[in-house]
Amino acid sequence: MRRRRTLWFWVFVGPFAAGLALFTYVPLLWSVGLSFFDAHNTVTPTHFVGLDNYTAMLRDDAFTGSLRTFLVFTAFIVPVTYLLSLSLALMVNRVRRARAFFRSVFFLPAACSYVVAALVWKMSIFNGVRFGLANTVLGWLGGDPVAWLSTTDPPWYWLVIVTVRLWLQAGFYMILFLAGLQRIDPVLYEAAAVDGARPGWTVLRHITLPQLRATSVAVLLLLVVNAFQAFDEFYNLLSDARGYPPYARPPLVYLYYTALGQGQNLGLGSAGAVILALIIAVVTVGQARWLRLGRTDTDG
Amino acid sequence: MAMSRRALLVAGAGVGAGVLAACGSNTGRGGGGSGAALSQWYHQYGEPGTQQAVQRYAAAYRKAHVTVEWRPGNYDQQTAAALLTDSGPDVFEVNGPTLDQIQGGQVVDLTDLLDGVKDDFNPAVLTPKTYEGRIYGIPQVVDMQLLYYRKSLLKAAGVTPPATLDALVDAARTLTTSKVKGLFLGNDGGAGVLGGTPLYAAGLQLVTADGKVGFDDPAAARTLGKLRRLYADKSLLLGAPADWSDPSALLQGLTAMQWCGLWALPQVKQQLGDDFGVLPFPADGGQGRPSVPVGAYGAAVSARSKRREAAREYVKWLWVERTDYQEDFALSYGFHIPARISLAKKAARLHNGPAADAVRLATEHGYAQPLLWTPAAQTAYQDALSRIIKSGADPQGELRAVVGKVSDELQRVKKKS
Repeated sequence: MRRRRTLWFWVFVGPFAAGLALFTYVPLLWSVGLSFFDAHNTVTPTHFVGLDNYTAMLRDDAFTGSLRTFLVFTAFIVPVTYLLSLSLALMVNRVRRARAFFRSVFFLPAACSYVVAALVWKMSIFNGVRFGLANTVLGWLGGDPVAWLSTTDPPWYWLVIVTVRLWLQAGFYMILFLAGLQRIDPVLYEAAAVDGARPGWTVLRHITLPQLRATSVAVLLLLVVNAFQAFDEFYNLLSDARGYPPYARPPLVYLYYTALGQGQNLGLGSAGAVILALIIAVVTVGQARWLRLGRTDTDG
Repeated sequence: MAMSRRALLVAGAGVGAGVLAACGSNTGRGGGGSGAALSQWYHQYGEPGTQQAVQRYAAAYRKAHVTVEWRPGNYDQQTAAALLTDSGPDVFEVNGPTLDQIQGGQVVDLTDLLDGVKDDFNPAVLTPKTYEGRIYGIPQVVDMQLLYYRKSLLKAAGVTPPATLDALVDAARTLTTSKVKGLFLGNDGGAGVLGGTPLYAAGLQLVTADGKVGFDDPAAARTLGKLRRLYADKSLLLGAPADWSDPSALLQGLTAMQWCGLWALPQVKQQLGDDFGVLPFPADGGQGRPSVPVGAYGAAVSARSKRREAAREYVKWLWVERTDYQEDFALSYGFHIPARISLAKKAARLHNGPAADAVRLATEHGYAQPLLWTPAAQTAYQDALSRIIKSGADPQGELRAVVGKVSDELQRVKKKS
């Protein structure tokens, strides 16, 4: 009987484990291996170079610049998305009528492809000529057309990037928060009301937010990882046939061009990917620690 | 219950196997069997009829069964990845091959295919496919970029077609109104498409014949600084729905002048009639001369192909022997200059009007990106050019950094040879 069970365990888990190993772990380890070789145009290099790729990558202004840019981007986009999706969830949770309607409306963008959304933003809403949507509105107000994605001073392209990202992501995190909100026991609110807590800020601060802690931790972790792994909408908004401009360039986009563009410097690209993965790991672990510590404080 | 679960599992396994089989089968090699089966890759050409034409050529080949794969999307990335595996193409066209592909032994030496006819190939585009005297790609057609302008708009503004970079800067400013911009160099302000063109216009080059940095010269900073003026004057069209490679911005009246490709000429002519002219990128400074970039997709043979000899024979048949197909390919779909000098001379469509001007510009002022100009060098230069144009970065400082990086790259590729 026990043997039968083991057999069925592997029948069900085996294919996924094999797929995971074959398509995720093997390439991952292979990439780590490549990062120690001079691997131009080859995945089976022979010329070992030690840490040369790592030092080259860390000395590369373009790469370190993009890391700095994305630290700032993360510090901005994570709290903004967090606040926006939490507010949406609180609002949708309070409406009495048509709750399913509002929930769907805010969640729908999450089902939209990043590529499609980026193209809509780039070509119809924020194109730089006078008949783009944003420029038409500016025209009514008497302003001159702005080349949203091409202007670096002021950096209007961030407006395009941030709005498309919020539109795409806020709904998804809203659903996570909604699920969290619906698990809060109504008895807590009743008890608070009996104790004289006024609905509004006090209840939010002392009941809703602490009860949402587990959801918040998950959302924040996902947001941070997502911010560092930004690729799709950036690539589709800003790249052209000739490459990617040197501003708002996510580390992954830069590595994509280094390793997989015509450069085909797979060793250097892998070294960059390892560095990026380490940064994400350190930030995530640090964050998880920090948030868990916060929990013990309030509980204890 | 247990039964139905098992049935589900079997069904699931069947679906999974089907999907996997579908993934593996589409290698474009046709159905195996006896006799050589070759797979040939092309990037997606925009002009209608091109795909049918190349399929017709392939079908006419008797010695092997050639399957044409038409690949939309990032073609350079696709071929680069496919060349690492055994399931890539046998014959493929490439915007290169790049130096690293040649040095990495990914493409086959094709030198002897051109025995006796080598001098008939346009040297400007054959040279970048030649490394240490060996040829690794057979040029298919010559492409070029040039400056289109609307005669009527220039006349209305009292502007003559600019012959110097300073005149271009002034003209673009004069032509700019609240509705129409003076010049369109691409949505990024020109950093991407212009590349080394302004340096050649200043009498410099990207890499010298003896393999040194060709723009370590004060003239480079001076010329690139003028591109910044175009941007700062707000004379440039930015954020157009279609980028520079599409003539829409010029045709829709969004700009008076546009940098575009020769491929757009039939469309421009059809819509604007005689109301347009073409110019090279104008000269700058005492040593300067006008410049236009030329380039060619080349037919190459993958070194991982299992039928290398058959593939070489096919390339020789199509791109060396069948001049009728080469002429058809160059002139019947879109607009290119044949890579063979003898064919270019024969082509009646290239004998008058702006088309003749374009051919003359390519012959007199054409430059091709040198083989030693690697993608890493290109990225460093293009980033710097973007910062100079858009952020007003100091051209001298930016160029100094680029010269350093490019020298390192040149050292690296020289060590390998």
